[in-house]
Amino acid sequence: MTMPGRGLVAGLAVTLRTLRRRSVTREYPDVKPDLPPRSRGVIALLEENCTVCMLCARECPDWCIYIDSHKETIPPTTEGGRARSRNVLDRFAIDYALCMWCGICIEACPFDALFWSPEFEYAETDILGLTHERERLAEWTATVPPPPAVVDNAEPPKEIAAASGERPVRRTPGPRATEAGG
Amino acid sequence: MTAAIVVGKLAGCLVAFLTIPLLVGQTEHKVMAHMQSRLGPMYAGGFHGWAQLIADGVKFAQKESVRPAAADKPVFDLAPVVALLPYLLVLIAIPVGPYGAAHDLDAGIFFALAIVSVAVLGPLMAGWGSGNKYSLLGGLRVGAQLMAYELPLVLAGASVAMAAGTISLAGITTAWHWWWLPYQGIGAVVFFVAALAELRRPPFDMPVADSELVFGPFTEYTGLRFALFLLAEYAGIVVFSALVAVLFLGGWRGPFADAQLGWLWLLIKTMALAFVVIWLRVTYPRLREDQLQKFAWGLLVPLALLQLLITGVVQVARA
Repeated sequence: MTMPGRGLVAGLAVTLRTLRRRSVTREYPDVKPDLPPRSRGVIALLEENCTVCMLCARECPDWCIYIDSHKETIPPTTEGGRARSRNVLDRFAIDYALCMWCGICIEACPFDALFWSPEFEYAETDILGLTHERERLAEWTATVPPPPAVVDNAEPPKEIAAASGERPVRRTPGPRATEAGG
Repeated sequence: MTAAIVVGKLAGCLVAFLTIPLLVGQTEHKVMAHMQSRLGPMYAGGFHGWAQLIADGVKFAQKESVRPAAADKPVFDLAPVVALLPYLLVLIAIPVGPYGAAHDLDAGIFFALAIVSVAVLGPLMAGWGSGNKYSLLGGLRVGAQLMAYELPLVLAGASVAMAAGTISLAGITTAWHWWWLPYQGIGAVVFFVAALAELRRPPFDMPVADSELVFGPFTEYTGLRFALFLLAEYAGIVVFSALVAVLFLGGWRGPFADAQLGWLWLLIKTMALAFVVIWLRVTYPRLREDQLQKFAWGLLVPLALLQLLITGVVQVARA
């Protein structure tokens, strides 16, 4: 048997306690939000790592990635050697009017050419402006923060490894390697 | 000379009438926001949105005053005035110090309770005059609420009048002792709750019920007319808080310097009660129409009668 009206008093206590606490409002336009690394703001492109494999464009659920390329033949470096051919990127664009920020392209990229950047202030008055071409996407790369290491002695996050040129060690399929970085 | 004093007193009333409700409104903005872990207005006026209500007033003045084609024209136009003016009239009778009110009335408590009931006619007229079925429903709920809560209000008021042996508001404040707090405590709570209902403040805002009756009697009101209704709501809070302070909390009586600072003690008590009004609004959900009626007839009226009984017994015993 509890006292009648106890709940009413408890309710008053709750509102009074909340009144004395700091409010949780983020004053966004005045104070920039402190977003964690890999927040889904905008997708940055590290052009040097892109091999035009088209995996991102093909995995994209709403086909918002445009990639054009052409094949170039590199002459043999030694006498009698074989000419090599490679793909050269002509156009890489993401249409943010279509993008749904699922991040599948970033997951799919085997060469760590795509990254999440927490920047989000790229609203446009013209919908065509939402298609970011490779130059714009490359500019976002500077805003990509590496996440803090989860454990000590962890391998460097791909944001650092990809930029510094040292490839993160990839495990071969099959039985998983027991030692990281082995 | 006397004419000048009267004009001065009335001007003081008008100034208080136009500023204190705004102060309460701004307090509601900020207190409600922080109770909900928000910040509330932050931009208007620069410092923590202090000028928000002024900005709102300017906005309301700019808006078109729409009158529905089916509206009962004179009733529709008159309703905001009927809702607002009585509170100004009551303010005249509230004693702000030992030297009395703007105009001391012998039958002060009668006058006050009669006049604030007139204010409830405003929303009733608005509901009828709007030519809108939701408004009419809201208006009738206002009427039903008035019937239900007027009784405990008057009974609790009568109890204080009996205890003081006078129906003059100044006389009641003069006769007040600190031990009236427990003695008239039930009456104070009943009076305060009934006043909340009379003002249609949450949790007794069934007539307005913005989520089901789309603001009830005020659905069709826009612009300045709507602003008058809003002002009436906050003026009502001020007037009823002041009435509770005068009747049950000793009005202008304070810890010291009653003669000089009486108005300040009254203002502090009024603002504290206004805070409680806001606090209750934030805390409790709206009562259903039947719960509302049951609460009045089943709880408040018996409690008010009990208080009346206690007061009667004590007064006879003391005589």
